[in-house]
Amino acid sequence: MNLPIYLDNNATTPMDPRVLDVMIPYFTQKFGNAASRNHAFGWVAEEGVDYAREQVARLIGASEKEIIFTSGATEADNLAIKGVFEMYKDKGNHIITAVTEHKAVLDACKHIEKLGARVTYLPVKEDGLIDLAELEAAMSKETILVSIMYGNNEIGVIQPVKEISAIAHKYGALFMTDATQAVGKIPVDVNTDGIDLLAFTAHKIYGPKGVGALYVRRKGPRVKVTAQMDGGGHERGMRSGTLNVPGIVGFGKACELCFQEMESEAKRLSALRERLQTSLLELEESYANGNQEHRLPHVANISFKYVEGEGLMMAMKDLAVSSGSACTSASLEPSYVLKSLGLSDDLAHSSIRFGLGRFTTDEEVDHAIAVTKKAVTHLRELSPLWEMFKEGIDLSKIEWAEH
Amino acid sequence: MAYSDKVIDHYTNPRNVGTLDKSSHKVGTGLVGAPECGDVMRLQIEVNDENVITDAKFKTFGCGSAIASSSLATEWLKGKSIDDAMKIDNMDIVEELALPPVKIHCSVLAEDAIKAAINDYRVKNGLSPIETAKAHH
Repeated sequence: MNLPIYLDNNATTPMDPRVLDVMIPYFTQKFGNAASRNHAFGWVAEEGVDYAREQVARLIGASEKEIIFTSGATEADNLAIKGVFEMYKDKGNHIITAVTEHKAVLDACKHIEKLGARVTYLPVKEDGLIDLAELEAAMSKETILVSIMYGNNEIGVIQPVKEISAIAHKYGALFMTDATQAVGKIPVDVNTDGIDLLAFTAHKIYGPKGVGALYVRRKGPRVKVTAQMDGGGHERGMRSGTLNVPGIVGFGKACELCFQEMESEAKRLSALRERLQTSLLELEESYANGNQEHRLPHVANISFKYVEGEGLMMAMKDLAVSSGSACTSASLEPSYVLKSLGLSDDLAHSSIRFGLGRFTTDEEVDHAIAVTKKAVTHLRELSPLWEMFKEGIDLSKIEWAEH
Repeated sequence: MAYSDKVIDHYTNPRNVGTLDKSSHKVGTGLVGAPECGDVMRLQIEVNDENVITDAKFKTFGCGSAIASSSLATEWLKGKSIDDAMKIDNMDIVEELALPPVKIHCSVLAEDAIKAAINDYRVKNGLSPIETAKAHH
């Protein structure tokens, strides 16, 4: 077992060596520009891209013509939200999203608000899921887009996508989903799920960084987005820029591997995650965050009350994990996702996200359990809050000097 | 962000972790910070009749830098007179631990904890609290 152990697979994943193998020729021998129509170098590159496009489309049940390659999920989210607003703003200016979305969605929404859009940010329930009645109540004739993520990056909860898309369509709006954390981990099908636009990326599914895609529905309805980057009119005019051929080829292979292995992999990871979570919840005053039933198989987000997340991570230096603690962010604010579940700030500060992945072993999980338990116990010995809790003092009754 | 060796040393082997009898008139307790802000420090001093700090203990809920700052503070406090202890400046802690700008608030909290502990001791012994001139926040 090599240390440290990587348990931050929601941030990024290591590339699968099988993905790297197929990419390598496209850096050196097959280096052509996929848009070069008049010589063999271009054709070979284009062939690689075409094949990858089919592999990517197959994973989400789409047609290859519906895949627009981008530099990643952030660009795909931006293209979807800004592009739909620009394309359909004569029809209406209202967009609905949720407070727990990734910043790529939230900040793209903030941007179009300045351009005249009206955006509703739906709250979430304590379990991290949106309230469908609240969504329906927010819909109006002006609503052109509902953008709700598939699986959450911090707590892993899976939104009721089918029900959400049905509500959006009932009111004539498009449904977009940021499925960055879900694609390749659980079955995602644009047709059965009723998805009109879907953003995802290669590096969360054991592919390379710097490449992602936006699925844009072509039939029933035919969806269009206004390009956000002007140039040579690549990707059906929706995203100009020379294609990242090696990246796209790797993305294709990564999707193919997920398509083949996802089902058994999800079972394995979910069993490992349960083992991790069950053991860690044996610690007093520890709480699992988010809906426990509707969630991605590989994520556990746990708050260890009375210890602070960053301090805890320092004691778990054998593990690479992440925390909702403010100290881990430049803003000194704890995770907005955890806070929107109604978690108190101190529980948000005390949270650790464990993200398992394809290369996580049983042995690593067992070591992670031991390291975490030891670290929590050690830090509680240092914690005045733990001592006060043990003495039966009600911490909420103390007048803290907020600083 | 990488931690300095001194932060790691104090974090890994914190000095003077513990609790003094806060009901004793010789003991001053400072509890500063807030759980919502992600750091709470409790610093305690025991003072003898010559106004010298004979013992210091801490417990801290917070990041590695907050734990290291309070550990260092207890180390510095032991053997100091109350007057000298009042002179400990947060920037001394920043310098000693090589804290980056984003962690300066940890040192501020430690200085606040020292002053709060001293004032608690003073009030317990019939003295008026010393106004802390610095406005940190």
